[in-house]
Amino acid sequence: MKAALACGNLAHARWLHPGAWWVWALGLAAAASRTLNPILLVLIIAVAAVVVAARKPDAPWARSFVFFIKLGIAIIVIRVGIQILFAAALGTTTLFTLPSLALPSWMAGVRLGGAVTLESILIAFYDGLRLATIIICIGAANSLASPSRLLKSIPAALYEVGVSVVVALTFTPQLVADVTRVQSARHLRGRVTKGPRAIAGAAMPVLEGALERSVTLAAAMDSRGYGRRNANSAAQQRLAAVLLIGGLMCACFGTYGLVAAGSPWLLSTPMLAVGLLASLIAITWSAKSAIRSRYRPDPWWLPEWLISLSGVFAAGTFLIATWLVPLQMTTPSDPPTWPALPILAVLGLAIALTPAFIAPPLPRVFIALPRAVSAEIEVAA
Amino acid sequence: MIRFEHVSITYTDHTQPTLRDINLQLDEGELVLVVGRTGSGKTTLLQAINGLVPHFTGGTLSGRVLIDGRDTRTHPPRDLADLVGVVPQDPASAFVADTVEEELAFGMECLGLSSDVMRRRVEETLDLLGLNELRYRPVMSLSAGQQQRVAIGAVLTSHPKVLVLDEPTSALDPAAAEEILSALQRLVHDLGITVVMAEHRLERVIQYADRVIIVPGDAQPLVIGTPQEMMREAPIAPPVVELGRIAGWNPLPLSVRDARRVAGPLRALLIGQDPPQRVNSHGDSTAELVQAQNLTIRYGQHVALKDVSLQVHSGEVIALMGRNGAGKSTLLNAIVGLRAATAGTVTTQGADPRSLKGTDLLARVGLVPQTPGDLLEATSVAAECRAADRDAKVDPGTTRELLTSLASEIGDDTHPRDLSEGQRLLLALAIVLAAQPPVLLLDEPTRGLDYPTKIRLVDVLRNLAQAGHAIILATHDVELAAGVATRVVVLADGEVVADGETAAVVVASPMFAPQIAKILAPYPWLTVSDVVNSIGPVILRSHAPTSGEAFT
Repeated sequence: MKAALACGNLAHARWLHPGAWWVWALGLAAAASRTLNPILLVLIIAVAAVVVAARKPDAPWARSFVFFIKLGIAIIVIRVGIQILFAAALGTTTLFTLPSLALPSWMAGVRLGGAVTLESILIAFYDGLRLATIIICIGAANSLASPSRLLKSIPAALYEVGVSVVVALTFTPQLVADVTRVQSARHLRGRVTKGPRAIAGAAMPVLEGALERSVTLAAAMDSRGYGRRNANSAAQQRLAAVLLIGGLMCACFGTYGLVAAGSPWLLSTPMLAVGLLASLIAITWSAKSAIRSRYRPDPWWLPEWLISLSGVFAAGTFLIATWLVPLQMTTPSDPPTWPALPILAVLGLAIALTPAFIAPPLPRVFIALPRAVSAEIEVAA
Repeated sequence: MIRFEHVSITYTDHTQPTLRDINLQLDEGELVLVVGRTGSGKTTLLQAINGLVPHFTGGTLSGRVLIDGRDTRTHPPRDLADLVGVVPQDPASAFVADTVEEELAFGMECLGLSSDVMRRRVEETLDLLGLNELRYRPVMSLSAGQQQRVAIGAVLTSHPKVLVLDEPTSALDPAAAEEILSALQRLVHDLGITVVMAEHRLERVIQYADRVIIVPGDAQPLVIGTPQEMMREAPIAPPVVELGRIAGWNPLPLSVRDARRVAGPLRALLIGQDPPQRVNSHGDSTAELVQAQNLTIRYGQHVALKDVSLQVHSGEVIALMGRNGAGKSTLLNAIVGLRAATAGTVTTQGADPRSLKGTDLLARVGLVPQTPGDLLEATSVAAECRAADRDAKVDPGTTRELLTSLASEIGDDTHPRDLSEGQRLLLALAIVLAAQPPVLLLDEPTRGLDYPTKIRLVDVLRNLAQAGHAIILATHDVELAAGVATRVVVLADGEVVADGETAAVVVASPMFAPQIAKILAPYPWLTVSDVVNSIGPVILRSHAPTSGEAFT
């Protein structure tokens, strides 16, 4: 522990363990799931955005945060739109009235159009905002933690799955390059390069190219020792993988049960426990039988603890706040009231903001989109 | 280190073995060069070393291959990974990780080395191959030469005793090739690694080899010997050896340095001689076929071409040279309308190639791309030729006729995929020529070509130029440029840095000068046949120093 603290110098430039970012982001997401207070939700988004802006590396996968923001806005718009069009009006503050459509009696309860009230719009907005916030938190983790580094940290039992995913990720840009190459070739033979006929003509060579490349890659990986294992551990490995995936699924259901209101905790708690236990056994088991070692695994030092705990802390304050001041956390909309500002939850969010300052700065990287690929994309566009 | 005992290899649907009854013993710290025509079985021989043949390719292997005592029959490639490092022909196709550092570590991770060993070896390898600057870079963003070094480094980290390389310099510019070869030599000399390397470009590698294995093909027995012995008789030889053979030098020089030391009397003969002129063979009635005016092309931040102006006349053969990534391919692509100009203009016979479609384009300008296979999508040669006739709207049978004149041995029913690299190039050339474009562009035509095919290509190009075609070759092959080009344009970083008659440009350049020019500098003779034409073989031979004088 002493060494870990010593090496965990906060100012030392390095990659943070991707798991720490995920714990932090999931903590924020869990906090968001506990509240319908728009001020708190907007604050959570702001915290995520500030941290992303401060610690986002310059890499292709890190540019996805804007996409998640857009997705969040779309979710809110759709949620409010559905409320306006289909749901029965709540409350009495009518804003405007849409022409309504009489539906047959067997569809009672569903209506189309009619009066639109402030109350129902507020409910839909809060609900949509909550979902959008959760999505944006996931997006933040996505752009802060490198997917390939995360895959490196997955347990040995899932190693093979992880490598396939990494290989698939590197294949995509090559496929784009392939498509442009085949299109160029069609141009050189004086054929059409746009439209369905061109796509049909290009599909075959592109697929052939991809297939050929996978065979070459497989041969190369085999030549480099991929898949070496102890003589009699193949069956054991498979068993460990099954145990791990099953355990993780169990744990997921259990967690969902605990988080979602109204499900019996008597069922979900043992499920979570059994799931975690099974995963743990699988991980230690496969760690023992695997030959493979890891190059420069991301360490879990003080900054990792601080950052993941800041997310967990935020989730905790929200949980306690719902228990202490439930009305402040849910903002009643009938009649419409101004949202309150629960001090405890705000404090939690303030702590969750600290990674923007305490996370180690990124190493100087020279990452940029491959020149050829970016050129191809530009040409294709 | 490597032992082949009565090895025969037969692929599944072949009636004849590809290699028959091979006996071979290669020792520690040897650099062995494997040469032979495409399709002769070179790659099969290389892949048999780490068990990819037959574990991965199928087929049957009789006899046995022993690598440091391990039998490849019982050890699949992954169990030989700590002994044999294999670098495939296209290094980019074998990358697994996304950054250089992780790529270097992948093999060691598979072997389960401890993390401090891995860390140390990665650092050592980064230094050994000069990759430290690139350690965090994504592998796909590197240039071809850098990728080749990363691929070599990635197998070196496992500390193999044998390194197998399939044409490591074929895609590289002369400078990058030089870097790779000196790195390999260092490995052989300092670490005692056995290097087995297949390479067509003998002029680049022969001086480094300890032994040469010729794979004659058709399951004929291998011919093995020292480079000196082999080059005395071999039907294919780099220019320095050819000159040495004609001049009767003994011992036969293999490097420019050795040849230059014995070439004094030969140089003396050239004083006062008229250097050969490489004139436009089409005569005086030359028309301007391609015109680029202040052409600039940008991809995002990257400027591929800067303010390039170029005029191309009929009958000219222009060699476009320069580093990997200097903008050669971009220029060719712009001339054929694949790339839009960011600024400036490019026209071919008065028209903007971007505005041309279908036959209008085909009848003006044709490009044989770097991988000629890209052009081919039919399932047989005959179907491919028929499609080309249709595309070009010419009489049925035109393309097949052209193909017969270029390579009569290519059968109608063959699948284009089964053709050799060189045959594919000639088929693509026939397809492009079907519409009779006055302007012909070739991107790296000699990549992966063996000598006989290269000689045939040179003939074809000369004839086309004589018939009035303007030809532009983007190439790293200085010997090809010396042999066929009337003019050389050198690009660096997207700008034209030299443009002039071949001899004037290449003789002065240490990078682009062919071997003969280096031996005879300052006299501007570029090829063996130029020298023979100037002085005649008899006089040449009579001035050969005796073997005693040669190295004193």
